[in-house]
Amino acid sequence: MRADIAVIGGGPAGLAAAAAARAAGAERVLVLEREPLAGGILNQCIHDGFGLVRFGEPLTGPEYAGRFLRAAEERGVDILTRTMVLELTAERRLWTLGPRGYEAAAAGAVILAMGCRERTRGAIQIPGARPAGVFTAGVAQYYLNRQNMMIGRRVLIVGSGDVGLIMARRLTLEGARVLAVVEKLPYAGGLARNVVQCLEDYDIPLFLRHTVTRIEGEQRVERVTVARLDEAGRAVPGAERVWACDTVVLSVGLIPENELALQAGAEISPLTGGAVVGDDLQTSIPGVFACGNALHVHDLVDYVSEEAEEAARNAVAFIRAGRPAAGPLIPVRPAAGVRYVVPFFLRPGTRPLISLRVAEPMSRRRIEVRAGGRVLAARKFPRLTPAEMVRLTLREAAPPGAEAVEVRIIDG
Amino acid sequence: MEKRFDVAVVGGGAVGCAIARELCRYEQSVVLLEKESDVARGTSGRNSGVVHAGFNNPPGSLAARLCVEGCAGFAAVCRELGVPYRRTGKLVAALEAEDAPALERLLAQGRQGGVPELELWTPRQTRAREPGITSCGALWSGSTGITNPILYTVALAENAQANGAEIILDFAVDTVVRAGDGFVLRAGERALGADFVINAAGLYADRVAALAGDENYRIYPCRGEYLVLDKQAAALLRTPVYPVPRPGVGGLGVHLTPTVDGNILIGPSAEYIESRADTGTTAAVMERLWAEALRLLPALAQSRVVTAYAGLRSKTVPAGAQNFGDFIAEHSRVTPNLINLAGIESPGLTASVPLARLVCRLLREKKPLKPKADFRPERQRGEDFRSSPPERRRAMAAADPAAREIVCRCETVTRREILTALDNPLGVRDLGGIKTRSRAMTGRCQGGYCQQRLAVMLRDEYGIRPADIRLHGRDAWLFTGDVK
Repeated sequence: MRADIAVIGGGPAGLAAAAAARAAGAERVLVLEREPLAGGILNQCIHDGFGLVRFGEPLTGPEYAGRFLRAAEERGVDILTRTMVLELTAERRLWTLGPRGYEAAAAGAVILAMGCRERTRGAIQIPGARPAGVFTAGVAQYYLNRQNMMIGRRVLIVGSGDVGLIMARRLTLEGARVLAVVEKLPYAGGLARNVVQCLEDYDIPLFLRHTVTRIEGEQRVERVTVARLDEAGRAVPGAERVWACDTVVLSVGLIPENELALQAGAEISPLTGGAVVGDDLQTSIPGVFACGNALHVHDLVDYVSEEAEEAARNAVAFIRAGRPAAGPLIPVRPAAGVRYVVPFFLRPGTRPLISLRVAEPMSRRRIEVRAGGRVLAARKFPRLTPAEMVRLTLREAAPPGAEAVEVRIIDG
Repeated sequence: MEKRFDVAVVGGGAVGCAIARELCRYEQSVVLLEKESDVARGTSGRNSGVVHAGFNNPPGSLAARLCVEGCAGFAAVCRELGVPYRRTGKLVAALEAEDAPALERLLAQGRQGGVPELELWTPRQTRAREPGITSCGALWSGSTGITNPILYTVALAENAQANGAEIILDFAVDTVVRAGDGFVLRAGERALGADFVINAAGLYADRVAALAGDENYRIYPCRGEYLVLDKQAAALLRTPVYPVPRPGVGGLGVHLTPTVDGNILIGPSAEYIESRADTGTTAAVMERLWAEALRLLPALAQSRVVTAYAGLRSKTVPAGAQNFGDFIAEHSRVTPNLINLAGIESPGLTASVPLARLVCRLLREKKPLKPKADFRPERQRGEDFRSSPPERRRAMAAADPAAREIVCRCETVTRREILTALDNPLGVRDLGGIKTRSRAMTGRCQGGYCQQRLAVMLRDEYGIRPADIRLHGRDAWLFTGDVK
């Protein structure tokens, strides 16, 4: 197999990237999707709220994915479903397994759009027994929404990520008793609209600065101990409460899926878990681009699509030029209070969109992007939370000779 | 009238399964009774998976002798059974200069016990083998290896079954009645008869003995917790590395062990507890394990924990006892036709086959054992996609549609391998059984990707109702049923 552009993953990022690559003039665009149906995680997101930014209307996940799937098909993208990429090399060769067997493919450019996976109980090391009844929120969502299988009766939700909030409502609507959501941080991990619509509207309490210290149950979950945390994040002795429940749903973070990127030797950022990319969303491997949740976890799918389209245009430019754009790279540095910034580098003369997340909630701040004594972009925010991604397009390119681009938060 | 067997083995751990298989070498009817829904659900599935050389036990002890014998034959048994085994060697590292005399003692003890390939290594030699380990020297043991203890136990059980043994799961013996020279064993409503009973019940060995009228044993559970690291850590270590053992701690100390699947284990702790079922982990120990692991291998700091587990050692000496609790394998002193095994903790996995041979020798004192002409020690193992080279992968996928789909992405397990695991000879149909046989759900996403696929396969292809799907064990239900 040969493709001008191989897109790994047929979720919202991959479909948008593939359609955009065709629109930008790439001949053979291949999407490699391991599921029988493209659309990615959106296929199990039956709630609405997708597409408000892009289409100005609230769509369900499958509806949003459907629009991009149609666009990709109409533009002549070749979507290989039930096909998993098992290996990727720095020379942009891929090994795939699917209905056509085990075969190699070569691509002019590769776009990584594998999405993300959920952090597990093991990753956050919740002590106690290992009975049945501990589910990550996305797995719970798949069982309910895609397979019509109900996972429990009395549920405690650990972590306040968006999928956990959505599942609190979903499980309640399906007759389960959702006892509470516990969050170790002093603020919710998910979007404010989800806290209101999924918890407050259903009288589900949210306990901030609380965590699970023990799971009990020989075969199925029977009890969970929740402790209040002090300012330093340590369990307060005596401030424990035992909840009798049969189910624990974990919504404790998402990790960009990057086994293939690592295998190919791409540099991975410890801040985002995704590849280190420049302003053109190209990884440290020439011709390999990254976008969507595989690059960094987004808050809204609308922004995933937009980023993917940008990656695709740059990938097409790469195959036209046959080599990466030359020039010095200026590092982008997050200052205090900024958890990460994507991209990690930019070239002089470029004015990319900058995505970032703040480290903690704050209000009445101004975010400034500066280089060589000049302000490249700035905006005021009445409120900033880690749940919401901040996006700024540079008004001005970094001046030649600038040593670094700094992204900082200032009062007012 | 209940079904009768010549010999009943109680306990489906590595030792019980090895005994059942060994008994099948002779003309007799054999049954193995396991209280859980699969074999290896107790201590045998919850350890380091190390095939020990035998230098940790006092020379002349049963544990030392059988360990040396077991280690020497382990590779051959694994070859017969199609079980992964790797001879890695092992390092006991002296982290401080004052540990050096202890290495000498271990060396002397090992040599006296007939352990081959023991050497004292300088810090430089140690570093050459394991660049990440900073030590003041080490004891090198060339014959130590690693295996997958669950697959090993499963393979023994399956091979015993293939050679005529009956394996009965979910049979928790609750009553043993003497009937003539033999016994009737009951588990709830079910009952069967046996002329001889081999008690290999591990943590419950004292209770099973007592059910049969022998109250001469007492087991003290001692919990060991482990952390499992992501495979990305595998590059940091190729050899099991132990600290110098400290007397009275109840174990060999927190060590680092590569697994045959490419993870690294940290552990175990050693903590005497009352319960024989509490395999829960604790925050305090998990924190300590991590700290001790970093002392051995500081580079681990960059790696990730994928899960944690705990196992219970079945000790015959209580907390604080300085005396060594040797393996016990003997005729009951009070109940005829009962053979008890007790205190088979580490290195019980290594010594499992020699223990089984010992049991056969004990049995022969009571009845004639006639070798069976058609005993087949070999067990076929399905081909593994992940470790196959590209040409082989291509051929596998071309020949078999079920080899064209990956069900577990972290461990690269094909649908064919899942089907093989599901159709296992013991008839285990819970997710835990599929997991241990196929490696699905053991990777970094811990089943986030494949558990749902397995559950749907069980429902749609095996006709198991969602409410009847189990993670492991009778009551480990996953679903209440359908969404309304």
